Amino acid sequence: MLPNVSDRFFDFLKEKSLWVRKETLDIHRIAQETRLASSLSCVEILVTLYYGKIINHNPKNTKWEQRDRFIISKGHGSISFYPILADLGYFPKEELGRVCKEGTFLGGIPDCIIPGYETTNGSLGHGLGVACGIALALKRRDRKEKVFVLLGDGELYEGSVWEAVMFAREHMLDNLTAIVDDNKICMLDFCRNILNLEPLEDKFRAFQWDVHTVDGHNVRELHNILLNLRKDERGKPKVLIASTVKGKGVPVLETDPLNHIKNIKPEDIDRVISDLK
Amino acid sequence: MNVEKKTMRDVFIESVYNRMHGDSNIFFLSADFGSPKLDILREKFRERFINVGIAEQNLINVSTGLALEGYTVYAYAIAPFLTMRAFEQIRINIALHAQLMDVNVNIIGVGAGLSYDVSGPTHHCLEDISIMRTLPNISIFSPSDWAMAEKFVDYSIRVKKPKYIRFDGKPLPRIYENIRDVKLENGFHEIREGDEICLISTGYMTHKALCIADSLSRIGLLIGVIDVFLLKPINEEQFFKLLKKYRSVITIEEAFIEKGGLDSLISGILSKRNSSVRLRRKGFGDSYVFEMGSRDHLHKLNGLDDESIIKDIREMLKS
Repeated sequence: MLPNVSDRFFDFLKEKSLWVRKETLDIHRIAQETRLASSLSCVEILVTLYYGKIINHNPKNTKWEQRDRFIISKGHGSISFYPILADLGYFPKEELGRVCKEGTFLGGIPDCIIPGYETTNGSLGHGLGVACGIALALKRRDRKEKVFVLLGDGELYEGSVWEAVMFAREHMLDNLTAIVDDNKICMLDFCRNILNLEPLEDKFRAFQWDVHTVDGHNVRELHNILLNLRKDERGKPKVLIASTVKGKGVPVLETDPLNHIKNIKPEDIDRVISDLK
Repeated sequence: MNVEKKTMRDVFIESVYNRMHGDSNIFFLSADFGSPKLDILREKFRERFINVGIAEQNLINVSTGLALEGYTVYAYAIAPFLTMRAFEQIRINIALHAQLMDVNVNIIGVGAGLSYDVSGPTHHCLEDISIMRTLPNISIFSPSDWAMAEKFVDYSIRVKKPKYIRFDGKPLPRIYENIRDVKLENGFHEIREGDEICLISTGYMTHKALCIADSLSRIGLLIGVIDVFLLKPINEEQFFKLLKKYRSVITIEEAFIEKGGLDSLISGILSKRNSSVRLRRKGFGDSYVFEMGSRDHLHKLNGLDDESIIKDIREMLKS
């Protein structure tokens, strides 16, 4: 039997994910300062949002009024967004070969000088509150654009996140979707060994958010649920807790609780890339 | 002098309220902090007044989001909590973004210096000017009376950059009778012209400086008084022209000294130009004030009472 269009579409998203992982490793080869493991756990999320056409955007006009607003609150862990932005035309692909080099705008931690980044989020815990302000502004102007925020699970230790969680529900920001890249590891250990974040769903439910969960590496599931969440306007802010693996695709990272600060040596990158599935 | 006392915040908020009628682009956010005039504003503009709760960090973050979408935003709270609890939010979301895009957030802190005298050291605000001066891209406005505060409303809407506005908590009399003639952009104003010595102050302490200058003028001593209301950006060249008329200047402030506040601003202006103008700094040393008492009492404990300042003036005149 021939694969249907839908299968082809998800195969395309899978291929893109593989390509993004490869490109991210290539960046890490020349810029060892980049946080690799954290950037690998959110690859399918970013790919689904952008290649899956969940997010409305315009690479030719980053201030396009009808764009959806995407805030990457876990800024450090989004090096994998660089190849996506370059591929979509936000900046020339050659720039990917200059990450962290003198004179470039692509740093070890992304800033809003990079075309395609709405805000600067090198410091954790800021993105959701700023996104609340944006979502509120869009609502007051009766605009239909949506706001998406990517948070890390470790970031949820920041108290300011929960100030924003309370705010979003009170103001019924149903144009806001938070995606938690739940990769279960902080800088020094598994979150469960630091301060257990579980039961995470219950925490958001207690704040009366609309809570969903997903396998954060399954593009088919991600696509279905994000498409629904984008349309959903029932008065509640929405959170999608995406269960992911920190360092996904690189076995030596996947099993290591210290993988946040673990580098893959430049000479090992080719082998790691050839082992990618 | 017009002796009718008003709080800067009430006059400022009333003026913002009046602007909100014709300007649908203004939001007013508070971290559960009020004022009589704010009660009227929040009743009338329910869609554009938001109480974020006792959550200064989120106050700044939500304000940033609104400003990034083009709104003029006022973020209102108690000064020490706003500037120090939410300092990193101000740094990352406001100062940093403002370098690349319009972020018109007007951060209003009430309770400058010792406004909350008997509330103790948690509520004393002796660090705000120092720490806010370290941030690029943010203006610092510290008026000494309600007329100046009112004048700033137009600037706060027109200039689409972040500003830190610090208000005294207490009702105070008007200083500026001819406020139209004062140039905001200069950042300072010589209220009294003196012979040899000049007092330099901001906010509440300008009232104190005027009292001292007036009492000394009765015995024939002409002491200058310069009120600094816009600490950043300030017209340094103009300011230096004024300072070098004097042999000595004394900064008096309800703030820690030698830590980047008003005294450091003046010291910087003088030293950059190898000036021979002598500078004496009066304010708080390197410790907090736990003892209770009125503002006058706390001044006395820290050498900021009239008597101590006059003693300094006399010493400097002799030397």
